[in-house]
Amino acid sequence: MYTGSYFKRRDFSVDSLRQQDGLSLLSGDEAVALAALDCGVQLGTGYPGTPSTEILERFADLGGIAQWAPNEKVALEVGIGVAFAGARALVTMKHVGLNVAADPLFTVANIRLDGALVIVSADDPGMASSQNEQDNRRYAQAAGVVMLEPSDSQEAYEFTVRAIEIAERWQVPVLLRMTTRVCHSKTIVRRGTVAIAPPRPAHFEHDFPSRVMIPAYARPAHLRLRKKLAEIAAWNEASGPNQIVAGPSSLGIITSGVAFQYVREAAPEASVLKVGMTYPLPIEVMRTFAESVDLCFVIEEGDPYLVEGARMAGIAVEAQAESFRFGELSVSRVRRILDGDQSPQPKRVPGKPPALCPGCPHRTAYTILKELDCIVAGDIGCYSLGVLPPFEAMDSLVCMGAAIGVGLGLRHSLPLDDAKRVVSVLGDSTFVHSGITGLVEMVYNPPASGHVLIILDNGTTAMTGMQEHPGTGRTLIHDKTGKVIFEDLARALGVPNVHVIDPAQQPEEFKRLIQASLEKSELSVVIARRDCLLAARSIREYESREEERCHEQQND
Amino acid sequence: MSSKTTNVVIAGLGGQGVLKASDILADVIFHAGLDVKKSEVHGMSQRGGSVCSDVRFGERVFSPMVPEGEADFLVVIAPDQVEVNRAALRQGGILIQPALIDEPSLSNKKSINVALLGVLSRHLPFSFEAWSAALQRNLPARLHEANLRAFDLGRS
Repeated sequence: MYTGSYFKRRDFSVDSLRQQDGLSLLSGDEAVALAALDCGVQLGTGYPGTPSTEILERFADLGGIAQWAPNEKVALEVGIGVAFAGARALVTMKHVGLNVAADPLFTVANIRLDGALVIVSADDPGMASSQNEQDNRRYAQAAGVVMLEPSDSQEAYEFTVRAIEIAERWQVPVLLRMTTRVCHSKTIVRRGTVAIAPPRPAHFEHDFPSRVMIPAYARPAHLRLRKKLAEIAAWNEASGPNQIVAGPSSLGIITSGVAFQYVREAAPEASVLKVGMTYPLPIEVMRTFAESVDLCFVIEEGDPYLVEGARMAGIAVEAQAESFRFGELSVSRVRRILDGDQSPQPKRVPGKPPALCPGCPHRTAYTILKELDCIVAGDIGCYSLGVLPPFEAMDSLVCMGAAIGVGLGLRHSLPLDDAKRVVSVLGDSTFVHSGITGLVEMVYNPPASGHVLIILDNGTTAMTGMQEHPGTGRTLIHDKTGKVIFEDLARALGVPNVHVIDPAQQPEEFKRLIQASLEKSELSVVIARRDCLLAARSIREYESREEERCHEQQND
Repeated sequence: MSSKTTNVVIAGLGGQGVLKASDILADVIFHAGLDVKKSEVHGMSQRGGSVCSDVRFGERVFSPMVPEGEADFLVVIAPDQVEVNRAALRQGGILIQPALIDEPSLSNKKSINVALLGVLSRHLPFSFEAWSAALQRNLPARLHEANLRAFDLGRS
């Protein structure tokens, strides 16, 4: 049972939304959190990832129950369980997180849910803080999951409510696709604009054929999914969250998400169809709209998804040039699309790139790896900055946790002298997210040359803004909870050499340790442990509050 | 106010209070009852790199980002970030930078962001009381006095 938190990170309440005549100025992330609160979402869960992180933090601030899961797959599975109990779940992640959660996603699409399961996919066109630019509208289509796409914070609020409604009406999961600019831009939100029935009490009834996806039950489940999607498509045509702005000109533009805002500004005279539910598409609405104008453009951020859908259905539309598929759109890029201007865009003066903070413990680690001429299979986090000067000491970055598998593959293939230079480097939160199975692989299929795994443990998920994880032993709201101790885990798995060291305090010892580990043809795990400079003060505060709490309990 | 959208870009380096300054500005506008949008990119840029935040207001704002070359005001907190962001400014737009502030007069150097808001405020139609209220809503009580003084330094 949830017993409430001992203290909250910030002293927020709904009152802190600074309402003015029922209005608040909120980011899209905050608007989703507020909608989740207003809908009585039982549990919010997810894994931190820019630009989605603030949703759960804000939900917790507002009084909702929110948790960080070890990764997005686990978060989605927890959300599925919440929905099996008839309650409402919100699961949040960045776009690449949905890759991790894709396994449960594709099957839960077929499963009848009693409660609501809303999954936020926060895409990052332009890659402000990501390793790829994938467009997760493709997932909705591939998995057969309904998708809504808000274009500002008001819609982020309303579409979250509508997603819950749709989820419960058709007993399906719903994807809410946000993008960086919708997540992080603040726009004015009016609360309570859409009504929703209160959540039903949690309950459980056996329903084997609906929820147990053995082939015999999964075959009819797939048929049911397609039937439901056809019903939802018909509903979307008649009364879906799509909007037409009628304009005086003969130009029509079909768009979705934040691109709608750029279109309205770049071509105020055009008629615009904003598709709010982008899977299944309201094809007949699109057809009628396209036929009502002389020239119909499709303008969309990311992949040619709407345009392909329209053309497959035989709707005559103009597409933007391929070059506009890359990066974010903007008012000026939309003007260029409409003008047919494909000349190279003026280059922006480069700003100052991000760098590891002065005094960051990762600096010592990378300096030494460079001195030792290591081949470094790296990973995702602040420490990805080790690829940039002055370090230039990271040789690969693929996805969360890949450091270990990639390092092992290199060790298995390179000539012995080179194989012995290979180290895998990843951070604490990344290790918990997807590194543990890599460590199992390392023990199970050890390379002949051995291997060295370095966990840069700075006691927080630093890159996304200091979130807790199972290795910190504190929950999302910083209360004490069970803690995964990496050195114990590595020893329990049978790694013969496990060391914990503070690289900033003992740089020479750290160097000698790495050197000695590289020389052995054995498996080594080195945990380089020192709190992130930016998080250290908060960590001390959480720890001392926890101590006070223990004393109070002893005195009671 | 005319129906035209007013565009402000605030720029600097991670840790200089760019986002705090744009929060305060957006809050003043929001409480004045105008449509307002504010946009920035969080994430990697917070590791000491360039940061900029756009605030737009008027009767009805569409894009949350200021279109290139359309900023009416460019507020730059780090002198070395002026050239990086100059292209944001429209012709005839106003550049507001630390050189306009007598920095030794600041009781806390960190409040340069708020001092530059004070300079910006001379050009915008909001009262001192409205700014002062927004500062108090957006900053912890212990920082009110220093920041109100910094704001005043820029505004007068």
